[in-house]
Amino acid sequence: MFRRLAFFVSLLTLFSLSFNALAEEVNVYSARKENLIKPLLDKFSAETGIKTNLITAKADKLLTRMKNEGRNTPADILITTDAGRLHRAKQADLLQVIDSSSIDQSVPAHLRDVDGLWVGLSQRARVIFYVKDKVKPEQLSSYENLADPQWHRRICIRSSGNIYNQSMVASMIAAKGEAATLDWAKGLVKNLARKPKGGDRDQIKAAAAGQCDIAVANTYYYANMLANTKDASQVAAAQKMAVFWPNQNDRGAHVNVSGAGISKYSKNKDNAVRLIEFLLSPESQKWYASVNYEYPVVAGVAPNELVAGWGEFKSDLLNLSRLGELNAAAVKTMDKAGWQ
Amino acid sequence: MIDRLWRPSIVLTAFIFSIPILTIAAFLLQSSADVWQHLLDTVLFDYLTNSALLMFGVGLGTFSIGVTCAWLTSVCQFPGKRLFAWALLLPLAMPAYIIAYTYTGMFDFAGPFQSLIREWTGWGYGDYYFPEIRSIGGAVAMLSFVLYPYVYLLARAAFLDQSVCVLEVSRTLGCNLWGSFYRVALPLARPAIVAGMSLALMETLADYGTVSYFGLGVFTTGIFRTWFGLGDSAAAAKLAAILLLFVFTLVLVERASRRQAQYHHSTNRYQNLPEYRLTGIKGLIACVACMMPLLLGFVLPAIQLGFWAVDTYADMVDESFIELTLHSISLAAVASVLAVMLALFLVYGKRLFGTKAVNASIRVVATGYAIPGTVVAVGVIIPFAWFDNTLDAYLREHYDFSSGLILSGSLFAVMFAYMVRFLAVSIQSVEAGLGKIKHSMDDAARSLGYRPQQTFFKVHLPIMKGSVLTALLIVFVDVMKELPATLILRPFNFNTLAVRAFELASDERLADSSTAALMIVAVGLIPVILLSKSISASRAGS
Repeated sequence: MFRRLAFFVSLLTLFSLSFNALAEEVNVYSARKENLIKPLLDKFSAETGIKTNLITAKADKLLTRMKNEGRNTPADILITTDAGRLHRAKQADLLQVIDSSSIDQSVPAHLRDVDGLWVGLSQRARVIFYVKDKVKPEQLSSYENLADPQWHRRICIRSSGNIYNQSMVASMIAAKGEAATLDWAKGLVKNLARKPKGGDRDQIKAAAAGQCDIAVANTYYYANMLANTKDASQVAAAQKMAVFWPNQNDRGAHVNVSGAGISKYSKNKDNAVRLIEFLLSPESQKWYASVNYEYPVVAGVAPNELVAGWGEFKSDLLNLSRLGELNAAAVKTMDKAGWQ
Repeated sequence: MIDRLWRPSIVLTAFIFSIPILTIAAFLLQSSADVWQHLLDTVLFDYLTNSALLMFGVGLGTFSIGVTCAWLTSVCQFPGKRLFAWALLLPLAMPAYIIAYTYTGMFDFAGPFQSLIREWTGWGYGDYYFPEIRSIGGAVAMLSFVLYPYVYLLARAAFLDQSVCVLEVSRTLGCNLWGSFYRVALPLARPAIVAGMSLALMETLADYGTVSYFGLGVFTTGIFRTWFGLGDSAAAAKLAAILLLFVFTLVLVERASRRQAQYHHSTNRYQNLPEYRLTGIKGLIACVACMMPLLLGFVLPAIQLGFWAVDTYADMVDESFIELTLHSISLAAVASVLAVMLALFLVYGKRLFGTKAVNASIRVVATGYAIPGTVVAVGVIIPFAWFDNTLDAYLREHYDFSSGLILSGSLFAVMFAYMVRFLAVSIQSVEAGLGKIKHSMDDAARSLGYRPQQTFFKVHLPIMKGSVLTALLIVFVDVMKELPATLILRPFNFNTLAVRAFELASDERLADSSTAALMIVAVGLIPVILLSKSISASRAGS
């Protein structure tokens, strides 16, 4: 029995070692799902001959892994789907400066780390959706307005465990302070039509089906519903709704990014920089915009037609690092407000 | 000689596999006063009550479904019995988060079923009552539907193993069918039922996919929120410690209530179990009672997945899909063999020379099942990376050679996490099998001249075959479904079916995830069917 056990163990070890063969390569730890990053990585490999290796998982767990792997980490690039996690990686001293003047020129400053440790790759806006039959856009104005008693039991939003909500509340704290945000969150909770549950699409579907009049969600989920060729019910639900850009008269709509940083202990730094530059090239930016309906971060690349149809909007220019700094405060505020 | 080595090596093995649990426990020593206070003030009470409610509900659900069906299919004769006997295991192949997604897809307010009702009746929101899927009650239902097979499986094996003599004696002493079930068969099957229920409840405590999708504040969701949202690992570990306390209390209460009772059958004379014929209305009720769990836990969600898959499979099946399937199968196969070998090693050690240290270390290992996969994964990453980095630093310093990461990010790490998580399953099952073998049988075999090894191969193994197979197959299916540990510990470019299904589903692309989900179910079906055959065949004397 022991001999067999030893055999299995050594077999497994060998198996795993064979994954670390040396070659011209770049290793990616990605919180972006495989189907939303792998096609670009494959294209990069085809164009440059640099092999890309990928693992995907939730950002927090990738961070834990990188932290513990320390100087031996195989990771060259960390990709996350929100700025807060990149900030956390920065604080844990896991990243190094991305040395590329072309990146600094093409990406606006508020979508980059102040110290140049990470950069946004695509923008996503978290906005208000309303049922066209029941709500007039004039009734809406801002995120703050969602706490107004006129929306009593009319709003759908997902649970506070979700990072997009945490970031949104963090941006509110940055603008209004903690006390005002707590009051706002309490008001919002009173206005919820149901206990928070499900994902972003579920909020839009629930509103379209009549359970609430307003939903808060990221724009690309809505666009994915509209463009769904397989499920007519999703299209029908999305068509009952319309986009409202909040806070256009003050700070602008809350945006977040999916972004990337280079591992402090990267062994393929040049390749890593090349890959990030590639991800910021107009072609890749267009791919992001078309495959998942996100907003490009590079000026001059137009969003997808479907998305462009909702018009231009003013976005909150808060440096996204602040979202990471304020994340814990946001979670506590939501706990205190009873936001499940 | 052997026992001198065996005893410490059991303790050592148990220790190695409890390292992740101890690592997490070590976080308790860090201070987290203000976050802990915050949790106490705001959400802790909710976590406690919700988790307790969930466990109570799932306990009740799995017990009533599992035991009823097990009893009906083992001693009664009614229409469809032969089919139900194995088909009732099918929900085992269905991951809980998948069934949660499909039920929500079907029965949510915005889903097709309620939309149809509204279309027919012209009602709107609030005009009618419909049970809310995404609630505690819904989570209890989802988890009960897919977890009852654990109870069913072990209870049925126990009923089938019962000597017909005790049942017949009970009848001659005046028990009716119900009485001999309630007063004889049920108490005799108690260790098996408890084992099944504790597996189901531990899985409930460790579940993250379902509860987070349903937006429920329970311990698992709380742990993640505290750890990652509030960035406080110490407070998260305290929550995890409370979770473990739940498990230990459960085990202790059960043990205390059992006291010194031992559950051996007093005779080895077996003949075919009596088959109580249920005809007419009784037969129909029995048939429906067995049909419902099968329908709700398997057929209905499988049909929904099938419909989705028909729409989407063309985009989802490519050459990488076959690779995913092979990865999943090989991981599951290796893990199940390893888990059973380790369990045999540990459980035998306990039987042959169960000192306190040995018993305690096995208990610790067996709690791994209740710990959420992500927590186990983090508990694996930390010591493995530490080992790698320490070795690397030492080699650099003394030999100017860098070994890099040896264990971290390898399949070995993945496999290790599986063992930590699933050893409990194989231990439970092997223990139950070994429990059937009275010590007097060992004595007889030895006094008739068998050496210990011969006793094992010629006496124990044939009797335990069913239990060992059960352990193999449950671990196989569990690994097929396992998600969080695989996700975070796997090496580069290594993907499994569960990872694929979850990535798509969590991106709210249910229809796209259905092909991978169906494949998990399909591959899981093979062992489940084998399993049911082996149980039917394992009955001694037949």
